[in-house]
Amino acid sequence: MSEPLLRLGGLGKSFGTNLVFSGVDLDVMPGDRIAILGASGSGKSTLLRCINALETPDEGLVKINGTPLLKADGKGRLRSTERDLCALRQRVGMVFQQFNLFPHMTVAGNVAEGLVTVRGMSSGKALERAQAELERVGLGDKGDAYPSRLSGGQKQRVAIARALAMDPEILLFDEPTSALDPALVGEVLGVIEQLANEGRTMILVTHEIGFAYHVATRVVFVAEHGIYETGTPEEVLKHPARPLTQQFLADHQRFQF
Amino acid sequence: MTYHWNFASVFDNWWALAIGLAGTLKLFVVCLVFGMTLGLFVALGRRSHRRWLRWLSTFFVEFFRNTPVLVQILWFYYALPILAPIEISPFMAAILGISLNSAAYAAEIYRGGIQSIEPGQWEAARAIGMTGAQTLRRIVLPQAIRRIIPALTNRGVEIFKMSTLASVVAYVELMQQGKLIASLNFNPLEVYTVIAAIFLIILYPIVRVTYAVERRLARSD
Ligand SMILES: Nc1ncnc2c1ncn2[C@@H]1O[C@H](COP(=O)(O)OP(=O)(O)OP(=O)(O)O)[C@@H](O)[C@H]1O
Ligand SMILES: [Mg+2]
Repeated sequence: MSEPLLRLGGLGKSFGTNLVFSGVDLDVMPGDRIAILGASGSGKSTLLRCINALETPDEGLVKINGTPLLKADGKGRLRSTERDLCALRQRVGMVFQQFNLFPHMTVAGNVAEGLVTVRGMSSGKALERAQAELERVGLGDKGDAYPSRLSGGQKQRVAIARALAMDPEILLFDEPTSALDPALVGEVLGVIEQLANEGRTMILVTHEIGFAYHVATRVVFVAEHGIYETGTPEEVLKHPARPLTQQFLADHQRFQF
Repeated sequence: MTYHWNFASVFDNWWALAIGLAGTLKLFVVCLVFGMTLGLFVALGRRSHRRWLRWLSTFFVEFFRNTPVLVQILWFYYALPILAPIEISPFMAAILGISLNSAAYAAEIYRGGIQSIEPGQWEAARAIGMTGAQTLRRIVLPQAIRRIIPALTNRGVEIFKMSTLASVVAYVELMQQGKLIASLNFNPLEVYTVIAAIFLIILYPIVRVTYAVERRLARSD
């Protein structure tokens, strides 16, 4: 069996005395698309943010292709240099619920920023690459606009293009459609589905259970401070084995028919 | 009672005022650049994760905010040479007093501006692999500075006016030259009126320009 692209080993995190999760192990193989589901406050975002060290895990490690890029020392500090963290983050792209575009830069500037500042690419080349990424998400004509002029769905697609520009090996999505008008959810899910069809590796925190079912290769249900149930979408979403998963799905499907 | 204004006695000495104005502008530019730059570093020091640096920056801010600039200038001019074997010119003493005081105020303005930037901006920049310094330079400061331009403009105006305090150590600037003209011609009313007018004429257009810059920068919001 080949080396996992991403391995979480014994990952744990608390905020003060509030234990969010502990002992989380997860292997992500190339091409895996993992949907993380769970109740509000169950720690989905925190888990995702530990993977690229936006949150500092208390214990455990994050390995990419067998190289441990993130190691906690058990005291809330990282045994990683800033260089390791920047290297890790270039290989792991992230898309946020609130988009977090840079408002003082044009759309193309947002997408090119990482290439120019982090990769040292010339701004002409970077803008060319940005244009290509914008076309991929259907916004080839918006490069010169400022983010404030875009709809929520367009903003989120720019954020996806910004992450893609860095050629990440894994994409993390934290509820990418939760801040959107229902009418705009489709265009963003469409782009994510297209990335899935290209065989990209991704981890997606979402409340869109139908989308998770269609797109994910594996579903992880988070509860009781860790991974509570995991399996194929068929197993976890159609035939959940454990009570909290069953309860969660029942609550979410109550108003769906 | 009618007072017979006699501005001719002031304008006859226009060259003395011109020399004073040059001195004022020189002091202003040096203090502006030095004060605003040092202020930024002090603000960053207050956000450092090194405790001694935070402590030092906080001490700096509180010390220079809570002591009068006039006293500082006098202290640097008369007291410092007693403690340290250095000769301090009136220009140096004025620069130190005004810049350090301005840096302390500017530091608080920068700090407020940096704090006002949403954590999501830091996170988005870090998430594409930017270092803390890159994030600050490319993402946070450009946005923060837009927000604090009005406050920084006030500081700049304040620095310009504080330059008159340098006359206390006989540094040649407008106020000092005015005092001289007034004492020779016995016309303080006219002299100080003209000096106030010169400040107004110089500062008002500068303030208008910064308003325009502010509006231009706000375009993207
Ligand atoms: N910065 C923080 N400081 C303190 N506590 C936090 C912080 N971030 C999250 N928490 C706590 O950690 C727990 C997990 O939060 P998290 O945001 O990861 O949940 P979530 O599963 O993403 O929820 P949601 O579905 O609402 O987004 C919650 O109890 C939350 O209050
Ligand atoms: Mg969340």
